[in-house]
Amino acid sequence: MNVASMAPLAVVLPFLGAALAFVLIKHPRAQRRVSLGTITLTLLLEVWLLAFVWNSGPVAVQLGGWAPPFGIVMVADQFSALLLVISSAVSLAVLAYATGQGAADGEEGGPVSVFHPTYLILVAGVSNAFLAGDLFNLYVGFEILLTSSYVLMTLGGTGSRIRAGITYVVVSVVSSLLFLIAIAMVYGATGTVTLADLAVKLGELDPGTQNLLHVLLLVAFGIKAAVFPLSFWLPDSYPTAPAPVTAVFAGLLTKVGVYAIVRTETLLFPGDDFNSPLLIVALLTMIVGILGAVAQTDIKRMLSFTLVSHIGYMIFGVALSSVLGLAATIFYVIHHITIQTSLFMVTGLIERRGGSSSITRLGGLAKLSPILGVLYFIPAMNLAGIPPFSGFLGKLGLLQAGVADGSPLAYTLVVGGVVASLLTLLAMARVWNRVFWRSTADAEDPDPVLLATAPDSSGVPSMRALRTSKHVDATEGRFSGDNEIPILPRMMVYSTMGLVVLGLGMTFFAGPLFDLSEHAAISMLERTPYIEAVMGSGAGTP
Amino acid sequence: MSVNLTLLLVMGVLYAVGIYLLLERSLTRVLLALMLLANATNLLLLTTGGYAGLAPIFSKDIPASEFNDPLPQAFILTSIVISFAVTAFMLSLIYRSWLLSKADHIQVDMEDIRVAKQEIYDDEEDSEIAVEISDFHENDQPLAKRETVPGIGPKKTPLAPDATSKHNGVHPVTPGKDKE
Repeated sequence: MNVASMAPLAVVLPFLGAALAFVLIKHPRAQRRVSLGTITLTLLLEVWLLAFVWNSGPVAVQLGGWAPPFGIVMVADQFSALLLVISSAVSLAVLAYATGQGAADGEEGGPVSVFHPTYLILVAGVSNAFLAGDLFNLYVGFEILLTSSYVLMTLGGTGSRIRAGITYVVVSVVSSLLFLIAIAMVYGATGTVTLADLAVKLGELDPGTQNLLHVLLLVAFGIKAAVFPLSFWLPDSYPTAPAPVTAVFAGLLTKVGVYAIVRTETLLFPGDDFNSPLLIVALLTMIVGILGAVAQTDIKRMLSFTLVSHIGYMIFGVALSSVLGLAATIFYVIHHITIQTSLFMVTGLIERRGGSSSITRLGGLAKLSPILGVLYFIPAMNLAGIPPFSGFLGKLGLLQAGVADGSPLAYTLVVGGVVASLLTLLAMARVWNRVFWRSTADAEDPDPVLLATAPDSSGVPSMRALRTSKHVDATEGRFSGDNEIPILPRMMVYSTMGLVVLGLGMTFFAGPLFDLSEHAAISMLERTPYIEAVMGSGAGTP
Repeated sequence: MSVNLTLLLVMGVLYAVGIYLLLERSLTRVLLALMLLANATNLLLLTTGGYAGLAPIFSKDIPASEFNDPLPQAFILTSIVISFAVTAFMLSLIYRSWLLSKADHIQVDMEDIRVAKQEIYDDEEDSEIAVEISDFHENDQPLAKRETVPGIGPKKTPLAPDATSKHNGVHPVTPGKDKE
């Protein structure tokens, strides 16, 4: 049996799960089980899919039996299968984290119960975008994930979330409209929207039309991927959302944009006309993003800026359009999804333990909660690209590709990449010094939860022993009420730990992963395997 | 491919008005802008299908050249559904924003303004580094309370770096600081 025919299930399963979770809206326990079960199933399916395409190359499935340029196709190649697996693994960890938070805080019956179905729809949208074999299905995938992200972003409807949510919605809708305009133009020019068909037909258009379509698509995807100067919306909107939501957005949503850019640059417009502009944009994204990060005092905002900055690395690799550059980009994307998400999850835990995410108000956490220190330190050093972590390997690949390219602009990018990496280390170390290493008494206006003490096993008051909200001053802290709420629920800590371990796993298995990325890059730059998988053999050769 | 001039003109006007409204600060106008832009794009999609023709996939006797292209219409249908959902959601956001702040305009990001206004000089990072005398501080005193260390004082006092030591590049060491 053809495994590829199972690919649509990666989209259908989360949708079914969402429907079921929506029906079970009054039963939070059952709802949690359904959503966790669904994503686990999806993950297993995608691992199977990845194992299948690992050696075989791209596979396509025709939906409804309509042959490709007319019907809808779903295509899984090594790149998309790898992204599917990583994105599902990350969504599973974040879901477990959110479940832990929800179970701890007791959200029964609140509007938050809408979280689970919406989250599953988001996962379905991401899978659909990765599997889409035509431009319009890609658009639909984007819309599915964006619409559910609007809901997640404004969950609870507090003032700051509504303010940030409106900016986010308007910017996203405008980018989607640009994408739709691009689709209309592409259809008007070629009469098809199937990617594999376009790969052949776009090359036959005159260069002016090609450039117009190319720029339109790049701008639309650039907004979604938060590439400078189209990145202004991201640090404004992401930090206000609830911790698990920010974590999953930071990991997945911008990467879907990057995925679309990679497809545009490799499959649709394989030439290197746009390499120089893209390299400049990549440099600016890296530098401007990281300078923004250094100026922030709020950890979540700082991380949002580093997110923008590191998108620059991925664009750098794409813009080189060499096998090594593209392979390094693929490796960097999967590394960054994991690391950025785990950092946001840890920040959520820091906020719970310290009562704030502002580095001026935090201190002494290394002593109060050593486990948080470890959970922060590993991904932070990984993001900054300290050897031997996967961040270092990914950056090394990109720098090697830049040096191999040899042009002055590529060398500038190499220098820029190193500078951005050092500044990332500075931003990460700043958080470490303030939040973890300095004494609690040095924190400015600390939250009551940071100073509260509880008797330990021998009855002596100790800050380490603070496990529940009972000992926090109920009048001031966030944990008002009589219920005893654990400060650091086990489920949240374990899910964060799981993701940090996954990030470490990428370091240990960097060899096979980089090999896979290289195979994917070769096959994507060659284009024929993809086109032949969709259009039948012989179609790829003009 | 032939195009309908009326449709193109209407589309142009819709785009122009939409972009103008999008630049307004009032949320309701921004919503109207998004609706107009979405409809303009729908017209653009319709235009890509060429001139209107007979209903497609209706009878096998009609030659293919007289059909209307059904694909753009399917696109438009999808796009209408999506913009409908987004419009409904935007309306609820605007209503919520009105309930919360009685304001129908895009509000500024306070944190952004705070970061932009902050001084370059940071007490904790830019004040002079005192020379550590012992590896471990006695009874783990917080930094703010180590009164003998120059350069790091209580939070509110503005700290002007000592001019002489700055020029010499030498960190001031207060003799007799060691409590032993």
